[in-house]
Amino acid sequence: MAFLRGFGSWLPPRRVSNEELAPQVNATPEWILEVSGIEERRYATESDTVAGIGLLAAQDCLAKAGATAAELGMILAASGSSDRFCPGPASQIAAGLGLATTPALDIPVSSAGSLIGLILASQLASSAGRVLVVGTEIMSRRISRTPEGKNTAILFGDGAGAALVDAETGFARIRDSCLFTDGASAEILFTRDGQFQMDGGAVILHASRKTPRAINELLARNQIAASEVEAFLLHQANLNLITRVAAALKAPRERFFTNISRYGNTSSASMLIAADEWRREQSGALSGPLIFSAFGSGLNWGALLAVPH
Amino acid sequence: MEPQARILKVLQQVTQKDIQPGADESLFLSGLLDSFTLTDFVSALEQEFGVTVPDSDLLARKFDTINKVDAYLATKV
Repeated sequence: MAFLRGFGSWLPPRRVSNEELAPQVNATPEWILEVSGIEERRYATESDTVAGIGLLAAQDCLAKAGATAAELGMILAASGSSDRFCPGPASQIAAGLGLATTPALDIPVSSAGSLIGLILASQLASSAGRVLVVGTEIMSRRISRTPEGKNTAILFGDGAGAALVDAETGFARIRDSCLFTDGASAEILFTRDGQFQMDGGAVILHASRKTPRAINELLARNQIAASEVEAFLLHQANLNLITRVAAALKAPRERFFTNISRYGNTSSASMLIAADEWRREQSGALSGPLIFSAFGSGLNWGALLAVPH
Repeated sequence: MEPQARILKVLQQVTQKDIQPGADESLFLSGLLDSFTLTDFVSALEQEFGVTVPDSDLLARKFDTINKVDAYLATKV
């Protein structure tokens, strides 16, 4: 058994509006908003590190869950933008939490990394006890704020999110999950030589088909209708994409929590930042199922189902 | 109706514009398609031609011009 016990997040204070970004990429603020649903994003400072902001989200998560670092049996840290390729931020986050022997593993997958972390955590909780999943990204260093880099520069922001998966207690029980990888299309979304590159059209084509397919598979095998889901907590890739996924699932759009207008696409951090904000807005106990879903580099994609506990 | 005329009909339906792009004109550079209308375009092509576009073929460059779409569909029907 595995339970969702709490979430946390950290966002850099510096806001970058479409008005500030648009001239750098030869676009208009209105166009950026129309194609992405993004009004502003956050950028880290030069002194911030991917591990450092991940640590802040981890500490926020532990505080909200009423847990201590010493209770953790494992840390999984997802990032597609880590400052160092190997080791990534996981071991530094563990060290920052004061842990000297707790296993801390990296998941170097942009956008889908925190979903992979949650799924692994749900399967490892029975032996590890409490698993902290962190998604942390400084994407502003991986994009080019030039007219040539426009299609990625307008989308991405920085931030970190975290979730605590517990073998014994939590507000929701993780009931099922599905995870898929299609390496044949890896070239449409990757980071090389420190630069994030994306074939936007192909990514949207894949994501708009694969995401609803994964969610539908999970709902069908658990005999749950999309209309019964209390909240869909998706990777915040693009507002138009989330709207398309809602339509494909024939689920009420208002059940899809979104904060992309304020933070942009924070890659593997986005789903957990969204989960943290959604949880903060909740009043009372969970009344229906939760669906998490993400699509990212690899290609990796999937979904996770949690139910009230 | 010839395949290229059917492709144009699908494109006009998806974009909701009475357009006549050249057979080698980039549908993206000309602004007729973007990431999201491409998804609709591929789905509409599947319906019109009775084919299934596998995920491995979901590359924007395969659907960038009417000639490319025509060549691609010729391998499917």
